[in-house]
Amino acid sequence: MYAQMVRSTGTGLKSADEMSAKERAFQARIDAGEKIEPKDWMPEGYRKTLIRQIGQHAHSEIVGQLPEGNWITRAPTLERKAILLAKVQDEAGHGLYLYCAAETLGVSRDEMTEMLLDGRMKYSSIFNYPTLTWADMGAVGWLVDGAAIMNQVPLQRTSFGPYSRAMIRVCKEESFHQRQGFDIMMKMAQGNAQQKAMAQDALNRFWYPALMMFGPSDKDSVHSAQSMAWKIKMNTNDELRQKFVDQTVPQAEYLGLTVPDENLTWNEEKGGYDFSEPDWEEFFEVIKGNGPCNTDRLAARNKAWDDGAWVREGMMAHAEKKRARKMAAE
Amino acid sequence: MKTEWPLWEIFIRGQHGLSHRHVGSLHAPDAEMAIKNARDVYTRRNEGVSIWVVEAAQITASSPSDKGPMYEPSESKVYRHPSFYDIPEDVGAM
Repeated sequence: MYAQMVRSTGTGLKSADEMSAKERAFQARIDAGEKIEPKDWMPEGYRKTLIRQIGQHAHSEIVGQLPEGNWITRAPTLERKAILLAKVQDEAGHGLYLYCAAETLGVSRDEMTEMLLDGRMKYSSIFNYPTLTWADMGAVGWLVDGAAIMNQVPLQRTSFGPYSRAMIRVCKEESFHQRQGFDIMMKMAQGNAQQKAMAQDALNRFWYPALMMFGPSDKDSVHSAQSMAWKIKMNTNDELRQKFVDQTVPQAEYLGLTVPDENLTWNEEKGGYDFSEPDWEEFFEVIKGNGPCNTDRLAARNKAWDDGAWVREGMMAHAEKKRARKMAAE
Repeated sequence: MKTEWPLWEIFIRGQHGLSHRHVGSLHAPDAEMAIKNARDVYTRRNEGVSIWVVEAAQITASSPSDKGPMYEPSESKVYRHPSFYDIPEDVGAM
């Protein structure tokens, strides 16, 4: 979701016979619900897959600040502005918790940043869509954070200790994000005709990109089996997507808005909604870098990194100088 | 010039007279900045009244493979727990 299509490294799912004794013992620990900690032995594939997944998740939090940051200076009231600032600051915090978790696996923060900046690592496809009106702040909080929560709640039980602990912190803070989004949507949906139209337009534009956040359909999701055995992926993409639709449709009805899907119908037999798949071709294009905002997002991150270089270097030089002076005085 | 800031481990004392507890880590050029950053990263919702920062490189940790020999000696000493002793009910709370 915030991590889509994470390639798992290795030869695919191994049977117990194909595993080495160490791998068998490792899998047994995971099956018993034990947490794996950074200094424990782990298969190289587990380590690499987790770096990709946690790194992508962290990058998503950081890049995810951009579409919302776009509206901070134009929030309609001072209260809305303060709330949006707090939310965007939380996203920075969530990125930092996750980078720290990834670093325990032996990759450095700067390496991960550089891999984001030169396109070797990805972030969620959702942040390549523009936020055109204030109602989009509502739709992003309600739908995008709603979809994120759906994925992050089960990840609190993931097998890697630092990742699990980061997810617990993130989830504690995340429900504020969704509720503030829904609060904006309520206000707009109960407003005048123009405001209601803006809310509907935001839902129209964000519905399918939100469904894409869960990643490709299970039948096309080639990396799931190994990740699920390792408990770094807790549910399949389609399971989570279904859960999200079932939860969100009644909320849209409450708002008096229409989900932009003619095929949306309640299916009594499965106890959930039938709904249209998003346009997967569009999804793969966005992932490849051809979404509406890919270029802008990466340019903004690159500019921040380059413009901040003198600050990073200056502060390090200052810290060195202070240390040297203190040593000399002792 | 390679200027990656060192990693600091962050410990925070919650509101209720508890010990400082490890909450995570962050990068900062020096201890003073580490405390400032820890304030922003780990106490946005009033989670603490005191912060300790320790450079991660300064921490020495026990090795997971020592788990057996390190902790086994205490496993067999059940008499260190109060529940080892049967005190008759007549004696009352003890």
